[in-house]
Amino acid sequence: MEETTQAKQAYDKMVKEASPDSPIVLNCIKAFVSGGIICVIGQLLRNYVERFSLGEDNTALLVSILLILASAILTGTGIYGKLGKYCGAGTIVPITGFANSVVSPAIEFKKEGLVFGMAAKMFLIAGPVIVYGTLTSMLVGIVYYFIG
Amino acid sequence: MKNKKIGTQTVRLSKPVIITGVGAVVGPKEGEGPLAGLFDKVAEDALYGEDSWEKAESKFVTEALQIAVEKSGRKMEDMDYILCGDLLNQCTGTTFGIKDFKVPYFGLFGACSTMGESMSLGAMLVDGDFANNVVVGASSHFCAAEKQFRFPLALGTQRPPSATWTVTGDGSAVLSKEGKGPVITEITTGKIIDMGVTDTMNMGAAMAPAAVNVLTAHFKDTGRQPSYYDVIATGDLGYIGKQLVIELMAKEGYEMGENFTDCGIEIFDKESQDTHAGGSGCACSAVTFTSYFYKKLMEGTIGRMLFIPTGALMSPTTSQQGSTIPGIAHGVVIESRTE
Repeated sequence: MEETTQAKQAYDKMVKEASPDSPIVLNCIKAFVSGGIICVIGQLLRNYVERFSLGEDNTALLVSILLILASAILTGTGIYGKLGKYCGAGTIVPITGFANSVVSPAIEFKKEGLVFGMAAKMFLIAGPVIVYGTLTSMLVGIVYYFIG
Repeated sequence: MKNKKIGTQTVRLSKPVIITGVGAVVGPKEGEGPLAGLFDKVAEDALYGEDSWEKAESKFVTEALQIAVEKSGRKMEDMDYILCGDLLNQCTGTTFGIKDFKVPYFGLFGACSTMGESMSLGAMLVDGDFANNVVVGASSHFCAAEKQFRFPLALGTQRPPSATWTVTGDGSAVLSKEGKGPVITEITTGKIIDMGVTDTMNMGAAMAPAAVNVLTAHFKDTGRQPSYYDVIATGDLGYIGKQLVIELMAKEGYEMGENFTDCGIEIFDKESQDTHAGGSGCACSAVTFTSYFYKKLMEGTIGRMLFIPTGALMSPTTSQQGSTIPGIAHGVVIESRTE
């Protein structure tokens, strides 16, 4: 095998032909339906919580808390990870996916100790979301300050 | 001094080195696969009675080595060297598995090609009169590998169709100067080949060119054709890597026939076990050889075999830095000796 640029490009083409693509359309449909189901559950929860007349902010907060709790429990019992295989982005995008991304490394790295294992590694996957989420909201805030 | 080297990458041992005993201990998923019933021991769960994946892997190592030595009719004290390796950082899966044996030890890292590397070096030690008995082996653990190389297990991710499934277990073998069993006659050591693949979810594609390097070097050095062997088995290329080897070999002028297979294809049932492109990891070639192929060599249903474990020499750090995945392969010729 010669490692020339030409040979590498030819090999790259061979690899692309030999490797099956992910079923993108099917994955999108599954994600749409499963993500939608999670949102419907959220809405049903909200309808139920509204009966207690806690006010707009508290109701939204409580619904989020309940969804996060459910996701954490399902992650701990190994169910959410299995759902993720079929649902893909459908279980990643809603707030339940964020909870899953925090709880799963917490479980995985518990053996390395509660400080440098669990607590330090807890934001392994969620960390970038927090960093860039904060950054984006800052930028939007600045734009809003001048335009709004 | 008689030179044992033939051609550019191959050596022919002056006296065949005998594989006098093997041990294969695997996880539950492997135990439910097509090779069920051929393993010496199957763990009931991936933790194997330990409290971490890493400790479980070490337990697989300990037990497979003990079984291999026992089946060779020898004792651990009779072993002159241990040559083993695994995928975990600093090869700790092996270290903690063998530290109580008190046998001189060489730790090896060849990623998933480690079984081929350990058999090659072990056979050379015996042939070179540096040892009478050497125990070689390699291990990996699906959960420990996911934790180190990919994502936490409970994270809901989708694996692409090109991804492979790391085999949980350890395969070990005792190589001896005297005794009964299949023999190692030749060794073709691979060169690092890097064809620029960067997708860590398509390891078969990254390693296939390295397997081609060993195959072409072996056939050129010995003057043989692929049909000379009853079985040519690569380590963990899976379905995609195997297909790429067939295509690349055709370009080199060699036709890979029905006798060509891959341990990653043999060990799992792709459909019922949902393993996508096949099995991978150090244990993939190690446990497939020490169970399935060893049995066939013992029976004589395989006369001559070219065994080529394959490895991807990357780390999570190099991949995150955008480096390509260099591949390596180690070829070992094993022949059946039924008399």
